[in-house]
Amino acid sequence: MAERSFSKEVQKLKLGEGELFTGEGILAITKALLECGVGYVGGYQGAPISHLMDVLADAEEILADLDVRFEANASESAAASMLSASVHYPIRGAVTFKGPVGVNVASDALANLSSSGVTGGALIIIGEDYGEGSSIMQERSHAFAMKSQLWMLDPRPNLPSIVNAVEQGFLLSEATNTPVMLMLGIRSCHVTGSFKTQNNKRPTLSVQDASAEPRKSFSRVVLPPMSFIQEQDKIKNRWPAAQSYIQKNRLNEFFGPSNSSIGIVLQGGMYNNLIRALQRLNLSDLYGNTKIPLYVLNVAYPLINNEFLEFCNDKDAVLVIEQGQPEFIEQAFGSMLFRADSKTKLYGKDLLPMAGEYTGDILMTGVTAFLKKTAPQLLPVKNSKSFSQEKYKSFPELSGNVPPRPPGFCIGCPERPIFSAMKLVEQELGSHQITGDIGCHLFASLPPFEIGGSTMGYGLGPASNAAFDGGGEKRSISILGDGGFWHNGLSSSIGNAVFNNSDSVIVIIDNFSSAATGGQDIPSSRSENTSKSTNHPIAKAVKGVGVNWVREINNTYKVEQIRKTLNEALTTKFKGPKVIIASSECMLNRQRREKPLIARSIRAQRRIEKTLFGVDPDICTGDYACIRLSGCPSLTLKKADDPLKDDPVASIDQNCVGCGNCGEVASSAMLCPSFYRADIIVNPSKFERFWLKLRQHVICWLQTNRQRHRLSFEEYTP
Amino acid sequence: MSIQVSKLPHANQKHVDRKIIKLAIMAVGGQGGGVLTNWIEKCASSNGYAVQATSVAGVAQRTGATIYYIEMLQTGIEKPVFALMPSAGDVDILIASEMAEAGRAIVRGFVTPERTTLIASTHRILAVAEKSVPGDGIMPTEEVETSAKAAAKRLINFDMEKIAVETGSVISASLYGALAGSKTLPFSRESFEAAIRSSDYGVEASLSAFSVAFEHVEKQEIKPTKEASQRVTPTYKAIGNAKLVADWQVLEAEVEKLPGVVQPTALLGLRKVVDFQDTKYGHTYLNRLVHITEYDDSTTEYRLSREAAKQIANAMAYDDVIRVADLKTRGERMIRIKQELGTNWNNGLKITEFLHPRAEEIVGMLPTKIGSFIEKRSGWMKLITRIFSKRLLVRTDTLKGFLLLYFLGGLRNFRRRSFRYSFEQTHINKWLSSALAYIPNDYELAVGVIRARRLIKGYADTHARGSSKYDRVLAGINLLSGRRDAFHWLQRLEESAMKDEHANNLNETLKKIRSVELL
Repeated sequence: MAERSFSKEVQKLKLGEGELFTGEGILAITKALLECGVGYVGGYQGAPISHLMDVLADAEEILADLDVRFEANASESAAASMLSASVHYPIRGAVTFKGPVGVNVASDALANLSSSGVTGGALIIIGEDYGEGSSIMQERSHAFAMKSQLWMLDPRPNLPSIVNAVEQGFLLSEATNTPVMLMLGIRSCHVTGSFKTQNNKRPTLSVQDASAEPRKSFSRVVLPPMSFIQEQDKIKNRWPAAQSYIQKNRLNEFFGPSNSSIGIVLQGGMYNNLIRALQRLNLSDLYGNTKIPLYVLNVAYPLINNEFLEFCNDKDAVLVIEQGQPEFIEQAFGSMLFRADSKTKLYGKDLLPMAGEYTGDILMTGVTAFLKKTAPQLLPVKNSKSFSQEKYKSFPELSGNVPPRPPGFCIGCPERPIFSAMKLVEQELGSHQITGDIGCHLFASLPPFEIGGSTMGYGLGPASNAAFDGGGEKRSISILGDGGFWHNGLSSSIGNAVFNNSDSVIVIIDNFSSAATGGQDIPSSRSENTSKSTNHPIAKAVKGVGVNWVREINNTYKVEQIRKTLNEALTTKFKGPKVIIASSECMLNRQRREKPLIARSIRAQRRIEKTLFGVDPDICTGDYACIRLSGCPSLTLKKADDPLKDDPVASIDQNCVGCGNCGEVASSAMLCPSFYRADIIVNPSKFERFWLKLRQHVICWLQTNRQRHRLSFEEYTP
Repeated sequence: MSIQVSKLPHANQKHVDRKIIKLAIMAVGGQGGGVLTNWIEKCASSNGYAVQATSVAGVAQRTGATIYYIEMLQTGIEKPVFALMPSAGDVDILIASEMAEAGRAIVRGFVTPERTTLIASTHRILAVAEKSVPGDGIMPTEEVETSAKAAAKRLINFDMEKIAVETGSVISASLYGALAGSKTLPFSRESFEAAIRSSDYGVEASLSAFSVAFEHVEKQEIKPTKEASQRVTPTYKAIGNAKLVADWQVLEAEVEKLPGVVQPTALLGLRKVVDFQDTKYGHTYLNRLVHITEYDDSTTEYRLSREAAKQIANAMAYDDVIRVADLKTRGERMIRIKQELGTNWNNGLKITEFLHPRAEEIVGMLPTKIGSFIEKRSGWMKLITRIFSKRLLVRTDTLKGFLLLYFLGGLRNFRRRSFRYSFEQTHINKWLSSALAYIPNDYELAVGVIRARRLIKGYADTHARGSSKYDRVLAGINLLSGRRDAFHWLQRLEESAMKDEHANNLNETLKKIRSVELL
């Protein structure tokens, strides 16, 4: 079960002709797909388009009603492969995954797909994880469009433009026999807004009907000599067709006055933030009526030579706003101008930063610099609206008061105790060569754990330790999540470790879902999924590929057990890969499931127990060894009541979910006795209440008795 | 072909005065920033505003700092162009879900005196970097507060987390209440509340947090309340057994003979050691302190004595099995736990203690001679380690578990004869005399030695690590004796000892002191 349920929102997908849709970008895209008569959809989750997968999963019934096939693909590569259905059949298909890492994984299939070419429209919706809020390396998916000759749409970030891009994407794909990427930025995926809907359309040919009458043609197979012919076809036919379609249907847009000595060319995705920068410079009104001509590239690839040259025709200077590096678009424009012997001067990365996200501030600075050089008369006389850092220098310097706050394990995360145990093992046996993988468990590489120093890709944790797996004085350890395991890890990491007799330790962290991307189900999920087959144990798969040393820990909160198992794995004489599978449900998922049930039980006067943890402040000495082995957001500090204590003491706040890691760690590492677990019994039975009271009375009597032999101190105001 | 310019709504006079309201929320993942964003969006849209919200979803948000951003404009059919993220100097309302995030907003330029209303909760959510330093690593918020006052056009600043906890809700609701109460958005209270009512669950709790925060803003505006009260050292009165009270009064009279500036701390220290052992132990404490004051005078404001009053008390009230068992079986502890958990007496409560004493702690409880005999023999120690290799989970709500700890706590009367006691007393005496040895030449170093005792704390490994740090700091201080730059190095020594778990910094500093000495 995914983190966010869209079961209510997906009802909006049923809206008909002329109605108004209001909601998030990802839902709007889904609606647009249905309006375009898509025949099949799929993808692989990953921020920022995880929720698109959740929407599709929650809309499965609606999709099925329209004969649309939904597949939760095994990986991005699998998703891109699914688009092969559009190679021979005139069926529209769409898949989604994140960019550029998802595109990396998918690139093999994408390259083949692009070479073959498509008959039905093939759309790849990319959530480009670039800039603030991103969790991956900063690169561009753009390069893949260039190398495989597939087209890339980068629409203006508002719902009508995005919806239009879906429709145009299919048409462009069909007009040019080429798959089309539709790229959305991090914040565009979740931008809210509204658009006028149309009726949903059934696919003209459903996948069921298509498979009843199979088609094939070896001209589409990527093998010589067809592969050579296909390359020529891309350049001689598909590319010119794309240019002419884009131009004819005006996919790129022009705004602002038709005659001016300067102009700005920008990727569609940059439009809103650029308009804001222009608004702040008094060069645009609130609705985007600008005083500077804009050429908006809703199609980032291919570029349209004559459209661009015509835009430059009467201009002395043009600024290219292109986020990310290298500056593919700017280079292409430079070459166009050079070949056309143009006098127009080209600005871009010389005024704007080469690397990093183009925020509103950066765009404003860049545009200001451009205007200073080319049209200073346009700049406001006194730039009163702009923020000047100088003015605020009188504030105390605050950067020392603002701690870095990177993402980390949630409260009660079942992965935390695994790394607490690993840290304890490290204290015992020394440090080891450890690699991480993609997933929440990668947070272990940050303080306070600092476990693992690399991550090479999804499911590649164990594979990336291959060089160290020949054995030696100390065994290498690698981490793999359940998501990564099914994505790619089973074959690339586990199977091959068996094949190479690798003397390594592999820890598979199983939280019953693809947790980092929002808790989607995967084959080993323990939930009952009505449309997917779950409950396929990882252990069975691991043993199936030939691992003979497998230990399963079905409660990751047992720090001591994990520590012992790790210790055994690192010291056993057994040769070959040693796999530890540590399983406990993602706490976010578990809380979502259990919280309403508990609330209902309390209301119904049923007896339940609620577990919380606490710290005795007078026993805590304030050295925080517990925190360094946990990092739980709920385990925090507070000022000590004892005025003689210099340092704050540990304290557990009310967000505690009672996972028990802190108590386990404190006793396992013999830290200190200040932790206690409190199980509150709500609605105890009458007999139980009587018994509890009786016990309490005896204890109270003993306490009073002892107190009589010592002094008490009472606060008073003299 | 000629360029066809896309059609946009034309600016007319009606639009000129309109301004886009820009609102950013700086929160920590898991605080409900998404819910807050939805409410604001719903409220604005129900008031006929065009509104756009953006957020970042996914793993980058898990417990990390994140920004939600909303723009809105009173509008007709025409759609304004909204930005996707806030820009420096271009935010009207900034909501910060805790104080360091307010600081982050100011650093990023999102709070400016011309226009920004800053709504910030005064509480803190500590970051890992602050919590994991062995000493006090909490970043002070005073400077953030000062900056907030200077940077914001208007500052609404109170503990909204507390309101949320007290009303059984989450902070998103009280932040929303503060936003509504600030009246910075042109919407009625009813329309704010209507957005909450359309939520799926938690409506009642959210509404009550909303209304408390709403009214708090109104009250604050009329009469600004001073929240930060000066921490007053509490005064205590001894009660109980008449003979014991009489003993205590004798001790109190002794304290009054001490220099005035030392008295408050001495009284607190006295209370601590008497609570730890008995009034006789209180005399030992005072004797030690009086001895220190004899070396001290008012020209140094009795800094040595004041520090000693604190550190001696902490050293004498060391953490042993008896003390832990005693504290865990006291009546006031149960009352405190129930208060903290917010549970009432009708509910039952199970309390499980996580104990895992080491051999050292067990041996420490034995009579001095036996203890020191065993402690020197590693075979015996190993045996004890093996016997106590399993941790103890003790249920102090059951009679069996309670009695076990009650019995251990009762060993207080036997404590003086224990091995640990004699060990600690020897250590304390050695420590104090080594401090006094620096007087009168190096007063600051003497204070440094006294203060260094602070490093010894905790149990088991932590205690061992602390002791070794203490030893190294004392060795370092010894190297500094008689040097002109001694004070400077002492500070560096103390700082590096406090902030570093594995004492790498400390070793570096020591190395530097040694190398400088060679010159």
